[in-house]
Amino acid sequence: MKEIVVISGKGGTGKTSITASFALLGEKNVIVADCDVDAADMHLLLQPDWHFSEEFFSGVAAEIDQGKCIKCGKCANVCRFHAIPVIDKKYVINNLNCEGCGYCYQICPRDAITMVEQNVGKWFVSNIKTGSKMVHARLRSGADNSGKLVAKVKNEARKIAEKNGVGWILVDGSPGIGCPVVSSLSGADLVVLVTEPSVSGLHDLERVYELTKKFHLPSGCIINKADINPEVVGKIKTFLQKENITHLADLPYDETFTKAMTFGKTIIESGESEIKNTLQQIWKKINNLLTDEREKS
Amino acid sequence: MKIAIASGKGGTGKTTLSTNLAHFLATSERVVLADLDVEEPNSGLFIRGELQLREDKFKQIPNWLKEECTLCGNCQKVCNFHAIIKLGKQIMVFPELCHSCFACSELCPAKALPMLPQKMGELKHFILAGIDFIESKLDIGQEQAVPLIAQTWEYVDAHFGNDRIKLFDSPPGTSCPVIEATKNADLVILITEPTPFGLHDLKLAVETMRELKKNFAVVINRFGIGNDDVIDYCGQEGIEILAKLPNDRRIAELYSRGELIYPKIPAFKAELQKIADYVLRLQIRSSK
Repeated sequence: MKEIVVISGKGGTGKTSITASFALLGEKNVIVADCDVDAADMHLLLQPDWHFSEEFFSGVAAEIDQGKCIKCGKCANVCRFHAIPVIDKKYVINNLNCEGCGYCYQICPRDAITMVEQNVGKWFVSNIKTGSKMVHARLRSGADNSGKLVAKVKNEARKIAEKNGVGWILVDGSPGIGCPVVSSLSGADLVVLVTEPSVSGLHDLERVYELTKKFHLPSGCIINKADINPEVVGKIKTFLQKENITHLADLPYDETFTKAMTFGKTIIESGESEIKNTLQQIWKKINNLLTDEREKS
Repeated sequence: MKIAIASGKGGTGKTTLSTNLAHFLATSERVVLADLDVEEPNSGLFIRGELQLREDKFKQIPNWLKEECTLCGNCQKVCNFHAIIKLGKQIMVFPELCHSCFACSELCPAKALPMLPQKMGELKHFILAGIDFIESKLDIGQEQAVPLIAQTWEYVDAHFGNDRIKLFDSPPGTSCPVIEATKNADLVILITEPTPFGLHDLKLAVETMRELKKNFAVVINRFGIGNDDVIDYCGQEGIEILAKLPNDRRIAELYSRGELIYPKIPAFKAELQKIADYVLRLQIRSSK
C-alpha cells in the first residue's frame, strides 16, 4: 500500500481542489483521506454519502465535584494554564483553558477532581462519486488533539484500503508545520507540495519542507497560479532543484477552479481543458515517482 | 482595543487584511500589529521596519538528573501526554509532547526533574512610522503553537496600553491555536471567500466565535468570484458584513510581490476605509 500526502504550508494555494482532482483520476484505485480536519472541505467536491460515522474521544479535561471540594485552592495554585478560576466562591474549571494535564487531579487532597474523556469530533467513512471510499472527519470547534484525529482518519483509510485491496491512499494534509501536519506525514510514501509564487507561498514552502525533510520522503511540487509572478516562480524552481524535489508542473491562475467548485465539481468533471490535461500528466508523474520508489526499495 | 483577524479556511486574506489595515490606520492612529500565525507567519513580508528587539522564547521542560533519580516511575504515571517515560534504568523526556504543566517535576519525590527552559521560537519587535510590529515564529520541529501565541499576547499586553489599536493576525482553522489567538480580543474579524469552501469554513468559524461569546463581523474577500451564498448566510444569521474586498488579478500580483494593496487599487482602498471607520467608531466607544 502506498500513501500520497498533499500539503501546502500556506492555505489557499489550491491544495484541496487539486487533491480532489487526483481522486477523480485515481478512481477506484484510491482511498481518499481528508486530514485537514480543522477545515475539512474535500466533501464539498466528492459528494460523500456519510455512510458511517463515529464519535471521537481523545484527551481529558478536569471536572470538580463541588460536594467534595473543601476550597483549599491547591488545584488552582498548581495549574499553569489559568484553568481554575474562582467564580461565586467556587473553584471551577474553564474548559477552554484546561489542557488535561491532570496535575490538579493528582494534588487534590479530597479526590474531588476527575479527569473526563473529551468528545473532540466525529469521523466518517463515505462512498464517493469516484466509486471509491473516503475517510473524513470533523473536529469540534475549539477542540484540542487534532493531530490524534488526523492519525485516526489515516489509520481507518489504511484499514479500508487493505480490506478492499486498494493500493493507494490519497491524503489531503493539514496546513502549518505543527502537530496535525506531522501526523499527516507520518507513514507517507510520497509528499506532493502545492504552492503559489508569492513571497508568502515561497516562505511557507521553505518552512514546511524543512519539516518534511525530517521524514526522508520523495517529494514533488506543483506551482499553482504560476503566471502571477514569474520572478518568484524562478526562486521556487531554484529551491526545488537545490532540495532535489521533483517539479511536477505549473498551473495557471485560473478561476475555472473556483467556478467548478461552486457547482461542487472538480476541474476534471468540467469538460476538456488544458488544466485537465496538465493534471492528468501530473497524476502520471506521481504514479511514476511511486513506481521508481518501489523499484529502489 | 484588540482586534483579531481570523478565518476558518486558510489563504482567504488574513495577512492581506491585517497588513493593509494596520498600515492604513497608522496614518491617523498608533497601531500595534502582532502576527500570531506562528507556524507560518507572513505579515513580516509586507510590513517591514527597524528591528527594535529580538528575543528567544522558551517553554519549560523537565530535565532528568540521573544521580538524584530513584527510578520510582511517578513522573511517567502522572504525565497525561506520554512526554516522559521510564525505559529500563533511564527516564526519557519527549519535549515536543510536553505541555509544561510541571506535574512530573513538582511531584517527583526525589526532586530529580527540575524544569529548564528550552527554546521553542523567537519574537521580533519592529518599529516603523506609526506601527509597532510584533512577529513570533515557531522553530521547525516544535509541534505546539499555543504557548508561543500566549507569550506573544503577554508581550503585547505588557508593552502597549489601551490607547493603541492592536491587530492580531491569527492562525487559520478552529482548533486550539485559534482559540488562544482570539480569546482575549474585543472584536474578531472573520475574513472569507464567497465560495463553497469559504462558506463552509466560515460557518465553523462563526460557531467557534459564538461558543467563545465573541463580538465578531465578516469581511468578504475576492468578492465577485463564486456565488452569493456567503451574503445570504450572513443575512440569515444577522452577521454584519463590514466590507467586500474586490476580486482582481492585480491584487494577487501585488500580494505575490509582498506589496501593500490599497495604495495601488482604489476599489480595495474604498472597502478598507469602511473597515477602518468601523474600527475607529469602536475605538471611540471603548475609550469613553
